[in-house]
Amino acid sequence: MNPFAVARQVGAVLLAIALAPLFMGWVAQCRAWLQNRSAPPLLLPFRTLRKLFWKDAALAEHASPLFRSTPYVLFGTMVLAAAIIPSVVLDLPFVLVADAIALVGLFATARVFIALAAMDIGTAFGTLGARREMMIGFLAEPALLMVFFNAFLISGSTALPSIAGRLAAPPFIIYPSLAFAGVAFVMVLLAENARIPIDNPATHLELTMIHEAMVLEYSARHLALVEWASALKLFNYACIGFALFVPWGLASQHASPGTLALAVVALLLKLALAGAALALVETVSAKLRIFRAPEFLAMAFLLAVLGLLVHLLLGA
Amino acid sequence: MPTPPTVTAQLLNGFAAGLLLISFSMLSQRRTRRLIELFAWQGTILFVSTSLVAYSAGLRHLWYSAALILILKVVLLPLILLRLVQRLQAQWDTEPLLNIPTTMLLGVGLVIFAFGLAQPISALATTITRNTLGIALAIILLAFLMMITRRNAVSQVVGFLSMENGLFFAATSATYGMPMVVELGIALDVLVGVLILGIFFFQIREQFDSLDLHNLESLKED
Repeated sequence: MNPFAVARQVGAVLLAIALAPLFMGWVAQCRAWLQNRSAPPLLLPFRTLRKLFWKDAALAEHASPLFRSTPYVLFGTMVLAAAIIPSVVLDLPFVLVADAIALVGLFATARVFIALAAMDIGTAFGTLGARREMMIGFLAEPALLMVFFNAFLISGSTALPSIAGRLAAPPFIIYPSLAFAGVAFVMVLLAENARIPIDNPATHLELTMIHEAMVLEYSARHLALVEWASALKLFNYACIGFALFVPWGLASQHASPGTLALAVVALLLKLALAGAALALVETVSAKLRIFRAPEFLAMAFLLAVLGLLVHLLLGA
Repeated sequence: MPTPPTVTAQLLNGFAAGLLLISFSMLSQRRTRRLIELFAWQGTILFVSTSLVAYSAGLRHLWYSAALILILKVVLLPLILLRLVQRLQAQWDTEPLLNIPTTMLLGVGLVIFAFGLAQPISALATTITRNTLGIALAIILLAFLMMITRRNAVSQVVGFLSMENGLFFAATSATYGMPMVVELGIALDVLVGVLILGIFFFQIREQFDSLDLHNLESLKED
C-alpha cells in the first residue's frame, strides 16, 4: 500500500472529525436565523467539547464497564464509518474494503451499544430512551437499505465509491428512481440523527426526548465523546447523501493537490447548502407524536421500494 | 445498459415519477387544504410534461390541452375547492377507513399491479412516452384507492379529479392525447361536476352537520 494513499486516508478522517462539530454548529446557526433568534457562534460545539473534556467525570454507582466503554465504541464506529464513506477522495484504501451494507451494520453496532449503555444504569429515562431508539432504529434501517439498493441497481455495485463514480460519470442521466430514494433518504436522515419531526435535539422535555434520554447519565469526557460521535453521525449521513445524490466534485486517488483542494471546497459548499436545507426542514415541520414515527418511517421505506419499482419499469 | 435515452425521454420519465410521488403523498395526507395544494402541484407537473410532449412531438392540439390543464387544474379547480373548504370549515379530514401505513402498502401493491398490466400494452406503443403508461395506470388506481378509503366529501372529490389527471396522462402516454372534442367535453364535465358537488357539500353539511359521507349510508331517518 503506498504511503500517499494512507496519508490521504488519515487526512480524510481527520477532516471529518474536525468538520463534524462545525457542521453541527452551522445547522444550529441556520436554525436560529430562520427562527428569528440571535444565532450561537459557529464554534460553539468546539467550546462545549473543550469544556466537557476539562471536567471531572461522574459515574453512577452501579455503572458497569459497558457503560464506561460505550462512548469510545460510539466514537470509534463513527470514525470508522467516516473512513469508509468517500467525502473528499473517491477511492481510499479503507473505502474499498467495506461496502454500504457493512456501513449499515456499523451504524447498527453503535445503536446497540448506546441502547445497552442507556439501560445499564437502570434509570427509567435511560430505558425509555433506549426502547424508543430501538423502535426508530429497526424501522429506519430497512428504509436506509432500500435507499442503498436503489443506488446498487443503477450502478451494479455495492461499494460507495463505485456508485458515486458511476453516477458522476459524464453522460448526465436523470434517474427518476433516485428522486424517490432521495426523499426516503432525507426522512431516514432526520429520524436517525434525532432531528425534528422525530426527535428534538435541543430539548430535555421528558415526554418527547429520545436521544437525549439515553445519554442523560453521561458527563464530562464521556459526554463529549458521545456528542462528538453524534455530530460525526450527522456528518456521515450528509456525506452518504452527497455520494449518492450529488456525487460531483470528488477527487480520484491520484489527484494533484490542487484538485484535492477543489474537492475540499466542493465538500464545504455542499455541507453549507445541506446544513441550511436541514435547518429549513426542521423549521417548517412540527415534531410528530412518537406513535406517528412508524408511519413516517414506513413512508420512507415505501418510497424507497417505489423507487426500485420505478427503476424496473422505466429501465432508467 | 442499452443506449441512454434522449434528454426529453429522461425528463418525461422524471415528471412521471414526480406525478407518482405526489399521488402517494396525497394518499398519506390528512389535511384537506394540503391535499388540494398537492392536487394543484400534480396539475402543474402534468402541464409541464404535456407541454414537453407537445413540443417534442410537434403536435398543436396537445398545446391546447396543456393550456386547458393550466387554466382548469392548476388555477381554477384548486381555487374553487380552497374557497369551499374555507367556507365549510373543513380543514381536517375525518379519520380514514384504513390507517395510513396500510393504505400505503395497498398503494404499493396497486403500483406493482398497474406496472404488470401496462407492460404488454407499452410494448406495442410507439410513442416517446410509452414507458410512463404504467405510472399513469398506477395514478388512476391510487386515486381510486383514495376515494375508497376517505370519508370526507372534499377528499373524495380531490381523488376523483386526481383520477382524471391519471386518465389524461395515460391518454398522452399511449396515444399522444385524445381528440380535441373529447378533451373539451371532459374538461367541461369536470368543471361542472365540481360546481355541482360544491352545492352538494353544502346540502350534506346542512343535513348531517358534517362532511362525513358515512352518514349517507343510512337511508331512513330514525
